[in-house]
Amino acid sequence: MYRYDEFDHRLVAERIAQFRRQVKRRLAGEITEDQFKPLRLKNGVYLQLHAYMLRVNVPYGTLSSRQLRKFAHVARTYDRGFGHFTTRQNIQYHWIRLEQVPDILEELASVEITTIQSSGNCVRNITSDQYAGVARDELADPRVYCELLRQYSVLHPEFSYLPRKFKIAVTGSPNDRAAVAVHDIGLRMHRNAAGEIGFEVLVGGGLGRTPYIAHTIRDWVAPEDLLAYVESILRIYNIYGRRDNIHKARIKIIVNQLGIDRYRELVEEDFAASKITSRPELPQEEIDRIAAYFAPPPYEPLEDIEDELDALAASDARFARWLRHNVAPHKQPGYAIVNVTLKAPGAVPGDITAEQMDALADIADEYSFGELRVNHRQNLVLPYVRQRDLHTVWKKLDALVLATPNLNLLSDVISCPGLDYCALANARSIPVAQDISARFVDVDRLAAIGPLTINVSGCMNACGHHHVGNIGILGVDKRGKEFFQLTLGGSSDQNASLGDRLGPGLAQEDVPDAIEAIVDRYLELREEGERFLDTYRRVGIEPFKEAVYGTGEERAIA
Amino acid sequence: MKQMVIANHLAGGFVVFLGPDDRWCRWIGDGRVLEDPAEAEAALATAKRQEAENIVVEPTLIEVTIDDTGLPRPVEIREAIRAFGPTVGGGSGASASSGVGGHR
Repeated sequence: MYRYDEFDHRLVAERIAQFRRQVKRRLAGEITEDQFKPLRLKNGVYLQLHAYMLRVNVPYGTLSSRQLRKFAHVARTYDRGFGHFTTRQNIQYHWIRLEQVPDILEELASVEITTIQSSGNCVRNITSDQYAGVARDELADPRVYCELLRQYSVLHPEFSYLPRKFKIAVTGSPNDRAAVAVHDIGLRMHRNAAGEIGFEVLVGGGLGRTPYIAHTIRDWVAPEDLLAYVESILRIYNIYGRRDNIHKARIKIIVNQLGIDRYRELVEEDFAASKITSRPELPQEEIDRIAAYFAPPPYEPLEDIEDELDALAASDARFARWLRHNVAPHKQPGYAIVNVTLKAPGAVPGDITAEQMDALADIADEYSFGELRVNHRQNLVLPYVRQRDLHTVWKKLDALVLATPNLNLLSDVISCPGLDYCALANARSIPVAQDISARFVDVDRLAAIGPLTINVSGCMNACGHHHVGNIGILGVDKRGKEFFQLTLGGSSDQNASLGDRLGPGLAQEDVPDAIEAIVDRYLELREEGERFLDTYRRVGIEPFKEAVYGTGEERAIA
Repeated sequence: MKQMVIANHLAGGFVVFLGPDDRWCRWIGDGRVLEDPAEAEAALATAKRQEAENIVVEPTLIEVTIDDTGLPRPVEIREAIRAFGPTVGGGSGASASSGVGGHR
């Protein structure tokens, strides 16, 4: 993984020293809250319902065991013994004291982790495929470009005061696990006719109160032009993006107001002009230099051991289930990708205790070259596990309650923190997620239902990405009471789509029954080999509306 | 209408209530319940002075009712969660013993 050089260390150290002075001045009353707020936000510090919240970047979701141990230490020393992994591959701490933040930042910097640009109107943590570097379907490691973009965009003077926050995601695989179509810029690696690798560039995707699937602005950008092209997109956004209305300030609004063709014209004009004026160049040597940080670990020459694993699975049904659902194929023979789900029945999605973090760091050291990943579904990954160690790793994870075999199944629910923590939320999303995962505990039934994503957001800002859940759940406030609106048919993969609203909001206690009704109707209707999403796309919303709210006649009477 | 002044402590971030003698308390039961609007406005003005003195952030008036045990309870769910803590456990996923259970 990437390691800081002397410039990175210096930049981070200077930034922390600066923020320490800013906190001191705030506490001494030399600056007001209005003056301080944008400064603290640029360092990932929010004021939430109960305390300050600190959002810590995990760059493109890649994490070392050393960094995870530091996260555990911060959780134990400065918080209440746990952290919360988010849909942006970051970790958040919910019980932070402002006066301690500079010390926490120094602790994190000692393991090359920062909170710089984890908030504010700038380029946020650049996210990626959690299987980067190990996926069988990958063309090249996307993290090389994430890191180049990170270095380029951090504290970039032209892009430090964008109209609004800006999120970039990169995938190196045709099977999109990074949700690139719902980002401000999505980069999709592919090959041209000559077999060279480049990027399809998508722009203007996003969720929130005005959700959009991104448009392709250019089908092919060569790696050497990547920074320049991204810069042109950002520059046009900086000029044309709205600053008069926070709800209309994201790039998706201006792209869709101008139209993708006009936006493309403006970007292409700027991109062409930058050839003559100044253009950030990305020579192959620089790409190679960064790529060297992401070289594969020293794999042992091994063979796949499918027969042995089958035999183990045949003798242990629990291991068999975990192997089937939580383990993914690896590009290196004899190795496997292990998904660590933070979604035990009734658990808070994405939450992990300091003890679990420490133990997981030990497992990573022993069985995964000391490396882990965070995915946007609030789970973790051990990317380099020898197949012959799978049974041992499973037992260790199981003992930590980190081996629930439900990856991408119905109880693998994504949830934002919601009204239990968040100052923006209208409703409590976590209890809804807990109710669902506690209701659907039969792992054989979950397996029979098949892949089905549920995403819960506590308000229309959509941190739980409800628009792209196969079943989306949005918490709303109606005259002081919490209600939950369901959407169906969302997806964030390579065929991304936004969910359709099912009907009127439901009370929290009615949500699990509604999910049951939807699932039962799907099982009645599905054809051979279909996932929930396939069936939904074939039959439409009406059968599910009927399952939850009754027939048209019944609805009219009600 | 019964009201209280709620805020976050500047340095610690934790929730506080304006109590007797214009001091801030961490437990809602120790806070001052303001019975009439003039008294509430005066308390808010005091709180805002303390905001200017960098003790608290964003003091606001919230409506409360008094329960059978004599404990003030915020009317809005959001403020009840601020007063009594999250309704869910952290980390382990165990249920927390927040006093907001009645709203679920």
